[in-house]
Amino acid sequence: MANALDQIFVNLKHWLLAWFPSAWQPLISMVISAAAIIAVFGSLFAVTTLAERKGLGRIQNRPGPNRVGPFGILQPLADAVKMLTKESIMPQVADRFIFFLAPTMMLIPTLLSFAVLPYGRNMAAVDFDAGLLFFFAVGASIEMSVFMAGWSSRNKLALLGAMRAIAQMICYELPLILSSVTVVMVTGSLSLGQIVDSQAGFHGGWLARWHVFTPWGLAGFLLFMTAATAESNRAPFDLPEGESELVAGHLIEYSGFKYALFFMGEYFGMMAVSGLGITLFLGGWRAPVAGLDWVPSYLWFFGKLGVCIAVFIWVRGTLPRLRADQLMNFAWKFMLPLTLINLVAAAVWHYTGVWSFGGAAAVRWLLGAALIGVPYVVLGRALYTGHGHGPRTYRYAT
Amino acid sequence: MHTGSLLLLVLTLGSAVAAMSLRNLVHCALCAAITFLCLAAYFLALSAEFVGFAQILVYVGAVAILIVIAILVTRDIAERGEPLVFKPWILGVGVAVLVAGSLVSAVTSSALARDPLPPAPTATVEAIGEKLMTHYVVPLEVIGLLLTVALLGAVLLARPQKEGGNRP
Repeated sequence: MANALDQIFVNLKHWLLAWFPSAWQPLISMVISAAAIIAVFGSLFAVTTLAERKGLGRIQNRPGPNRVGPFGILQPLADAVKMLTKESIMPQVADRFIFFLAPTMMLIPTLLSFAVLPYGRNMAAVDFDAGLLFFFAVGASIEMSVFMAGWSSRNKLALLGAMRAIAQMICYELPLILSSVTVVMVTGSLSLGQIVDSQAGFHGGWLARWHVFTPWGLAGFLLFMTAATAESNRAPFDLPEGESELVAGHLIEYSGFKYALFFMGEYFGMMAVSGLGITLFLGGWRAPVAGLDWVPSYLWFFGKLGVCIAVFIWVRGTLPRLRADQLMNFAWKFMLPLTLINLVAAAVWHYTGVWSFGGAAAVRWLLGAALIGVPYVVLGRALYTGHGHGPRTYRYAT
Repeated sequence: MHTGSLLLLVLTLGSAVAAMSLRNLVHCALCAAITFLCLAAYFLALSAEFVGFAQILVYVGAVAILIVIAILVTRDIAERGEPLVFKPWILGVGVAVLVAGSLVSAVTSSALARDPLPPAPTATVEAIGEKLMTHYVVPLEVIGLLLTVALLGAVLLARPQKEGGNRP
């Protein structure tokens, strides 16, 4: 029974496929997977916008949207109608073709990156040998779309916002990739399916063997999620879109459905990168404790995704926005060294796995925690008390 | 010829020509990015997954971005209103034909063209990693050292200048 429920979507797909001649089946199989991904994440996007507005409202001590439908749950629908019917304005001097192309260029790579994530047992649209590399490769083309949006608007603030966004994405791509490299190093595979499989089994018969339950995994997960926040341009790293100084960055000239596409791309990006974090560190679709194996695997994945999104909303409601120079310092002087040290910690953890004397586990844990914790404290203190945190000096202004 | 590969060929050549001949430099850079993507598609069609994805990651994600940023921070070159093509263009075409001809003749006269095709190697990512870490470890280390030096150089260049010091 549990197994049938777990595989219900896989069986449904096979049942649907059987209706088609075998020559068409590869193509139809892809179409079904793509349609399922778009439908699921499209509706998840609607739910997330509502949850974000409600959650932020609660954090800021106000009710949030509560007029459309009971408790405001029809708000996403109203937003969609508004976005679709709004006038879509294009500046006269804008580069028309590129201005038109930029929103789609933003959405397509994020949708592509959903293809390699394993959502449940036997539930990945494609399982590349180099799935992780594919994810980062398509993610890299998002920068291009941001540039296209900022440049084609012919607006100083838009261009400035785009340059900031690109600089930020390039800076945080490095910690993002380096923190996932630890997992690749330990599991010895770039395939996301195999990475999930490497986290099978339970410690001491009850706690799952997720990578996050190791010292390097915990540090790697935190670093990964921090870099992911910056990579998806969310608060506290949302300064490319800073409303107060840049109006909306590269989105300034976009209105109507083009703006909605950007908005969607941003949320999809956040979900995709959270999904990757879940796959790499939180065991993918695997259950956290041994007794809960019977719960269908996709529920675990989407449950973890929901928790990640909730944390993103919580962080957005809690932390103030960084300044541009603080952002760069944080990336290069703090995140990057820590991710490099984390690589060493992962290697040490991997090679001390053969220790078998009494209390070896405790010694390994202490060693790993010290390898990351000591540099964390030292680096943090040095940066906090060091230079560059006095009053800001301006070169071209007073 | 297969329709897909024909389309890819047209797109690759067309975007490469456009990258050279459009009037707006930013358009040229975007076309160059399309060319990079098409090259990645060729690698993928040859089932060289790793190289294909690395091509996208490095060339579209980094090199193309570097090009557009270089265009933007250089004053008054983004819209000069004239294409980059070399001005008597017949000379340029002549040089291109010469280079292409010598390349084609070199390839067709080499042992590669005469021998029957060997079976396609199965280059998995794992195999590439093994080779890099065992057989090619010295070149890899040298490249790593080179990149580190380049990174340090960039940091040195970007260091805040002292008051009164001459800016580069």
